[in-house]
Amino acid sequence: MTTATSAASAGARREGPGRTERPRRPAGPAPTTMAQAINRALRDAMAEDDTVHVLGEDVGALGGVFRVTDGLTAEFGEDRCTDTPLAEAGILGTATGMAMYGLRPVVEMQFDAFAYPAFEQLVSHVARMRNRTRGALPMPLTIRIPYGGGIGGVEHHSDSSEAYYMATPGLHVVTPATVADAYGMLRRAIASDDPVVFLEPKRLYWSKETLDLSEPPRTEPFGRAAVRRAGTSATLITYGPSLPVCLEAAEAAREEGWELEVLDLRTLVPFDDETVCAAVRRTGRAVVVHEATGFAGPGAEIAARITERCFHHLQAPVLRVTGFDIPYPPPMLEKHHLPGVDRILDAVARLQWESQYTEGGTP
Amino acid sequence: MTVLEQTPGRDDSGARPTPTAAWRPRTDPAALLPDETPFRLLGTSARLDKERKELWRELYRRLVHGRRYNQQATALTKQGRLAVYPSSTGQEACEVAAALALSEQDWLFPSYRDTLAAVARGLDPVQALTLLRGDWHTGYDPRETRVAPLSTPLATQLPHAVGLAHAARLRGDDVVALAMVGDGGTSEGDFHEALNFAAVWKAPVVFLVQNNGFAISVPLAKQTAAPSIAHKAVGYGMPGRLVDGNDAPAVHQVLAEAVERARSGGGPTLVEALTYRVEAHTNADDATRYRSDDEVAPWREHDPVRVLERELRQRRLLTDAEAEEAAADAERMAARLRDRMNAEPLLDPRDLFAHVYAEPTTQLREQDAMLRAELAAEDEPGEPGAAGHDHQHDQQHEREHQHEHQHQDQERAA
Ligand SMILES: Cc1ncc(C[n+]2csc(CCOP(=O)(O)OP(=O)(O)O)c2C)c(N)n1
Ligand SMILES: [Mg+2]
Repeated sequence: MTTATSAASAGARREGPGRTERPRRPAGPAPTTMAQAINRALRDAMAEDDTVHVLGEDVGALGGVFRVTDGLTAEFGEDRCTDTPLAEAGILGTATGMAMYGLRPVVEMQFDAFAYPAFEQLVSHVARMRNRTRGALPMPLTIRIPYGGGIGGVEHHSDSSEAYYMATPGLHVVTPATVADAYGMLRRAIASDDPVVFLEPKRLYWSKETLDLSEPPRTEPFGRAAVRRAGTSATLITYGPSLPVCLEAAEAAREEGWELEVLDLRTLVPFDDETVCAAVRRTGRAVVVHEATGFAGPGAEIAARITERCFHHLQAPVLRVTGFDIPYPPPMLEKHHLPGVDRILDAVARLQWESQYTEGGTP
Repeated sequence: MTVLEQTPGRDDSGARPTPTAAWRPRTDPAALLPDETPFRLLGTSARLDKERKELWRELYRRLVHGRRYNQQATALTKQGRLAVYPSSTGQEACEVAAALALSEQDWLFPSYRDTLAAVARGLDPVQALTLLRGDWHTGYDPRETRVAPLSTPLATQLPHAVGLAHAARLRGDDVVALAMVGDGGTSEGDFHEALNFAAVWKAPVVFLVQNNGFAISVPLAKQTAAPSIAHKAVGYGMPGRLVDGNDAPAVHQVLAEAVERARSGGGPTLVEALTYRVEAHTNADDATRYRSDDEVAPWREHDPVRVLERELRQRRLLTDAEAEEAAADAERMAARLRDRMNAEPLLDPRDLFAHVYAEPTTQLREQDAMLRAELAAEDEPGEPGAAGHDHQHDQQHEREHQHEHQHQDQERAA
């Protein structure tokens, strides 16, 4: 009998169109954008495992509105990279059924705010299916969502929706900030037997790194933050689109005499308490930086966790530099909303540098 | 004739450009329309085919069994053995026919009201009741049984059925998915999206809507202005079928045809079965607030078990002895169910953390340790208020536990 279980054993591969004549990779390091790295990760995953299917709106002939799925339909056929009807709940709902049968769907949501119709499927089914069935029905599903602002998008094209996903047990929530991580983390997401919300900072799609994709970058397991810059004065804790801003702020801070450490969380769920706490214990001061709104945002959780775990190491309260508590602004006003270098430096200045017992003066 | 073909002047001097094939309406609506009256077999001149008398008897036995199961489950709610039971009393023909229309390798996607369909498919009755007993959410392995978890969020199971059937077809496997939903559920967006995806993908799916007149208290007239639910199929480009949902042979025939159509590559079908929810929505509902006994009475007459039995007896396809044996068999099932449900289910609080992820996160391990410490403190004899007392110990324990796991992590990463 051919049943789900036969398809579930991903080992059983059929010959597909993708098995033959793939263009050879250019050998050696080459400048690569984040969009290209994600495209390459999808291609490599699809070539290695014919249970990997890409579904979404305009992912076929167009290659996605950000060109992230460029060439996949041409290479693997429409059954492997599919332009679906335009309905996000339907996309994720049918992908859920495909995963129940043992496939590894990778779903593309066209923009952050257009993932909301799929929210019920995500929260009520994708996130719970493994738990509901005591492990009998895992959900090896990746949901790619371009997110965040700073690209001059009109309303509904710039949301930072990570807190909704973080508040949903059963999901992994990850976001790369470097080109190498974009490749490595997406490969891990697709290989994961749990559902992964893969948030792609759309403002970084065109950021470049020199990478040798003939030797694909490997990334650590989910749940490991990365120290992107060493420093002793204070720790900036950030992720995704805010990482370059924090690095810039750290550079500028040197002029003021601060050596800021910059931590890239990379995975919001699972959360790396260990690395975060080790950093805060070293520096005694922390600022959390993200685009998402501050109230009940990711920074609130992070600040609470630090306070619970490293209170006696803190020289100052944990501060947050976040988007305002407003609906995402129109493009001509977004620069006031997004955390920038100055606002980060202002927060650093408020970290009670003179004494933990007196009003913090700026140095 | 398709809509496009009806457009006058289509071939006139290019006044109206001819759409490219990719976006042309492709379907002739006439062939998709449901019959004007619900399809029936019982009490019609079509008569039941004597050649298939084993099927009719099987349907009968299972209806009797199903009715007794519904009664027993409802009784168990009164004894506090089930948290809630949405009974399918009066709808057994649909439940049983859905299960029997499928082959071994096919999948069933039930809603919360369809425990009986799952049991008729061969699921262990106690495992099928896990959700409603409340000892876990799903008590069986969906892959082994090819029964998806009973779905509570309305219509959300329908896209799953489409995706699973589509996946099977892509893998070259012979699998049909049959998805069940109520009349109220057809107002949900997921109903629309599932039917649309299924038709576009020509997925091997059958949608069975049990139109039982109510969504809790709200009658169908407040759900839709469509000519019938079956008519909605036309909008998606799939056939709609209307059937008397209390006529088990008719429901079975319509579903079997739809399954066969799906299996042979013909794509999805929408079946609307007209039936009636004889009991309240669940044991927790009070139906007298929104309907009268006068309305219910004729449906008790047009009862699926009764109408089938009457016809089988008239046509001498069922003997007294066979009817008695069916009843006795149902009684044995009920007694076994009672016994098993009266035993306390095995509960392990640690299950709460075990299956959230393939590997519990550090945070879940900490919470698991905390709960274990709380439980251990409760178990300690002669220590009232032990929880506060043990706090220090808990933290120590937790630290050790965390340490142990960090160590394991390092090993794994290496
Ligand atoms: C998305 C969603 N909304 C509301 C409910 C609460 N609810 C449970 S059953 C029900 C009525 C459903 O009626 P119908 O689809 O006709 O199925 P029936 O109960 O008659 O079998 C409602 C409103 C739910 N389970 N899911
Ligand atoms: Mg109903």
